[in-house]
Amino acid sequence: MINLRDFGAEKWEKWNRPKRTTFVVILLALVTLLPFAGDYSFSNFLNTPISSYQAVLVYPVGMFVLMALGLNIVVGKSGLLDLGYVAFFAIGAYTAAILGTKTHLNIWEILPIGMGLAMLSGVLLGLPTLRLRGDYLAIVTLGFGEIVRIVAVNNRSTGGPNGIANVPNPPSVLGVRFALDNMQGFFWIILVMILLVIWMVRRLSVRRPGRAWEAIRQDEDVAMLMGVPTLRYKIWAFSIGAAIGGAAGVIFASKSMYVAPDMFTFNVSVLILSCVVFGGMGNIWGVILGGTILAYLPERIRFISNARQLVFGLALVIIMNVRPDGLLPRKKREKIHKAGEEATNV
Amino acid sequence: MNFSVVVSQFWPLLINGLALGFIYVLISLGYTMVYGVLRLINFANSEIFMVGTFATVIVSRNFFGFNQNTDPLHGFKLIYTLGACLLASMLMSGVTAVLVEIVAYRRLRAKGTNRLASLISAIGVSIILQEGVRILTNSIPYSNPRLLKKVYVVHAGPIELRNDTILVIVFAAILFFLVDRFVSKTLLGKAIRAVSMSEETSKLMGINLNRVISATFLIGGMMTGAAAFLYETVYENTKYNVGFSIGLAAFTAAVLGGIGNLRGAFYGGLALGLLEEFAAAILGTQWKAVTVFLVLVLVLLFKPNGLFGEAVQQTRV
Repeated sequence: MINLRDFGAEKWEKWNRPKRTTFVVILLALVTLLPFAGDYSFSNFLNTPISSYQAVLVYPVGMFVLMALGLNIVVGKSGLLDLGYVAFFAIGAYTAAILGTKTHLNIWEILPIGMGLAMLSGVLLGLPTLRLRGDYLAIVTLGFGEIVRIVAVNNRSTGGPNGIANVPNPPSVLGVRFALDNMQGFFWIILVMILLVIWMVRRLSVRRPGRAWEAIRQDEDVAMLMGVPTLRYKIWAFSIGAAIGGAAGVIFASKSMYVAPDMFTFNVSVLILSCVVFGGMGNIWGVILGGTILAYLPERIRFISNARQLVFGLALVIIMNVRPDGLLPRKKREKIHKAGEEATNV
Repeated sequence: MNFSVVVSQFWPLLINGLALGFIYVLISLGYTMVYGVLRLINFANSEIFMVGTFATVIVSRNFFGFNQNTDPLHGFKLIYTLGACLLASMLMSGVTAVLVEIVAYRRLRAKGTNRLASLISAIGVSIILQEGVRILTNSIPYSNPRLLKKVYVVHAGPIELRNDTILVIVFAAILFFLVDRFVSKTLLGKAIRAVSMSEETSKLMGINLNRVISATFLIGGMMTGAAAFLYETVYENTKYNVGFSIGLAAFTAAVLGGIGNLRGAFYGGLALGLLEEFAAAILGTQWKAVTVFLVLVLVLLFKPNGLFGEAVQQTRV
């Protein structure tokens, strides 16, 4: 099968610096202007039948891509199966809702608090479970995702089953307003966060943590024997992923101005996992592609909408059986070997 | 918090907890046997349970034409109807389990892909089953007609036993005993134990790996199906997502007793049933799932091999 990722990587390597810069600038400009893409008659097909195109671009598309990138660090990079990613999303969202309505902090001040709390819960959950084999982690995270929802339903401070309304919108930044009638502001905020995550993941991947995660993913026992402090790096991966989920939650709560336990079901975890697996575990561009397709298509083609989860289940099984590396697979190992040989020849 | 209920309601709580525990024992067999052989969690087991509950309801409602207003049955007809429901449930769950193995695990095993791929495809199958039933039933809960008139048959001081509780306990105990004998005495049972000890070696000894794994899924699925039937007799209600919390609890039971260990699943299931019933009485039913989850995390933290992980090593599947 064709490997688009390797094709793209080869093209990229052949380009010189100005060419690369131009490409990145044009791409960024196009993505930044995406909220206006539905306004013209020739691009009418982009518009979605129920919710407005701009709203869909923020949630689910942007939000899913952001969360899929976060989950990709856990599942794709380090090979830990997290089935309760929604828990961190919920923790971020409820932090924003509670602090936003009860205190005078604005959303930008709450954002780091929400990320911190999500990260903390990631560490607390990871410490007992990351010592064990991967499948225990899967079931414990599955339970954790559900527990967070149950606690939210049965707690008075989280508004019980009714949730919390009137979560404030973030104050304006650089003249960009954030409100329900001005969705592009939220899209740009998510875009900035996505870019930050991409930058962070790319930096981490080529440094010690990235190599440690790669080793853990390939064979944890060998990694441990080679002196990789596996538990520490697994907890790092887990809590960085959690922090990104928490950040997405804070923005989500202030975007929809309302949180309720029903928004944070197991389905969301499955969705995000499908995005990661569908696009290609471990590859940023694959995950972005997967997230975009799986978030946008069910909104555009309404009849899938009811059977959305079913489609995602099918996608998981078929992808794993037919093309386990996803649409855009990660870099092939042979290429790394080749690079290694060249390095020794020099 | 309401501790006085433990004193005033001790015996009913104990008996209900035991009945629930025996249901967990059967379901956790579906987890523990598969884990013993494949070293993988059977994620779809909760959906196999769900399929069993629907099989019971469909047979009694559509096949025999019972509804909420029918009078409870007596004598031979009761045994015959309950038997048919039980058989249907065990059969459907067993077949589903075998299909799950073929769809989710077999191809990936032949390819030799990593564990993550198998886990994800098992999750996928579980979602397909759950969502398929959700769409078919429009998310409506289905109730099981009451075939067995529920009466208290034993009165011994503070202990009062209802006939459906006795049915659950006796029946689950017999089934567990049969499975335990089957695994330790028959040739196929020996093969299952051999595969769980070393897949490679048992292959060299001429054991047909695929057949043994299918048989394990079949037995685990049938036990889960029997549990689904018993659950329907006691709780008389089902929904597309009925398996979620019960599956989590049964898995916790399996881990508590030491996963991969048959006798461990027995003690773990009983302990968890009792714990859940008492926790629900003390803290309120809405915190039941939270208690189960906390127990799971604590067991994994302090005794990852389970309470009986090492002591009953001989009875490993």
